[in-house]
Amino acid sequence: MRSNETVDRSVSGNVRLPPFQVLVDTHTRELHRYLVVLVGPDAAEDCLQETFVSALRAYPRLRHGENLRAWLYTIAHRKATDTVRKATRHPLGPGLEGLAPGREPSVQAHEPADDGLWATVRALPAKQRMAVVHRYVLDLDYRQIGERMGTSEEAARQNVRAGLRRLRQEMDG
Amino acid sequence: MNDLERQLAHPEAGDLDVERFQALLGERAAAAGLLDIAFAPLDSPLGQLLVFVTPRGVLKIAYDNEATDAALEEVAERVSPRILNAPRRTDELRRELDEYFAGARRRFDVPVDWSLIRGFAQGVLRATAKVPFGETTTYQQVAEAAGSPRASRAAGNALGSNPIPIVVPCHRVLHSGGGLGGYAGGLERKRTLLTIEGVLGD
Repeated sequence: MRSNETVDRSVSGNVRLPPFQVLVDTHTRELHRYLVVLVGPDAAEDCLQETFVSALRAYPRLRHGENLRAWLYTIAHRKATDTVRKATRHPLGPGLEGLAPGREPSVQAHEPADDGLWATVRALPAKQRMAVVHRYVLDLDYRQIGERMGTSEEAARQNVRAGLRRLRQEMDG
Repeated sequence: MNDLERQLAHPEAGDLDVERFQALLGERAAAAGLLDIAFAPLDSPLGQLLVFVTPRGVLKIAYDNEATDAALEEVAERVSPRILNAPRRTDELRRELDEYFAGARRRFDVPVDWSLIRGFAQGVLRATAKVPFGETTTYQQVAEAAGSPRASRAAGNALGSNPIPIVVPCHRVLHSGGGLGGYAGGLERKRTLLTIEGVLGD
């Protein structure tokens, strides 16, 4: 038996939150797909475990039950950033949100078996990679991508375009 | 949309064994002290049961006439939304129920979590929990044991909404005249349980 702390009956007050299992059932596959693109197939599963554990930890403190999907994506994105940061040879180097194009750590080197399109996507500079993933994998429009990435709509459009151009070069080359 | 864009819109799903993934998640969450309620389906002679346990004990046992979604919503709202399908956390209850149905167990050792039962109803069900295997009592008697001898109708209501049937043996409560009375899971199930306990003949 644990202490009362574990089963705290008052934390969620009168906020109506769905049973956590419902979130897991609804979003496991799409979040996994998202993470496979961001961190590769080997790390995606563990990243998703950590995403749900973090979400469960914070769950009773949520003030409302809206936009839970976006909330989960934010946590998944953060876990992916941590994973890429850990995987890089430069511990303090930029992660998925790194700045200087061409200097981001590539996770491609850790998955030699996967040399298809997705490895090429993962090798893109961080901003382009995020923009391309948000545009095509998550099917967001440029305004939404800008919001997620903290850029203008126009910058989001340019990131996607630059990412596609680079992908085409890499795939043809 | 050109070819490259089409490919990007259909990434390889990546192999994920969802069942294994979720079982692992349940264990990790429980180990971190983040799981308030574990639930799992369980096969029984009374059909599939959905059992819910907390670190305090067994919280709820739902028959299959109660929709899974509704059962989850109810415990999420009334106890905690930190709830996951975590079969291993229900192993002890599963083992005891299996033994009971096999005729090898006469009382349950798993503790009861009374969180879903309030006030007079809790008094009635605590009195009911004391009725031994193979014996029966009446609505009148459990009302009396709960401190309100005239409240046999209210006692009937409390028994009818017993969230932990089988373990809190409301099937052992009958009408004073000898009739079976009611059962939220259906009278057929009440008959089966009383037959297992030798109260009714085969």
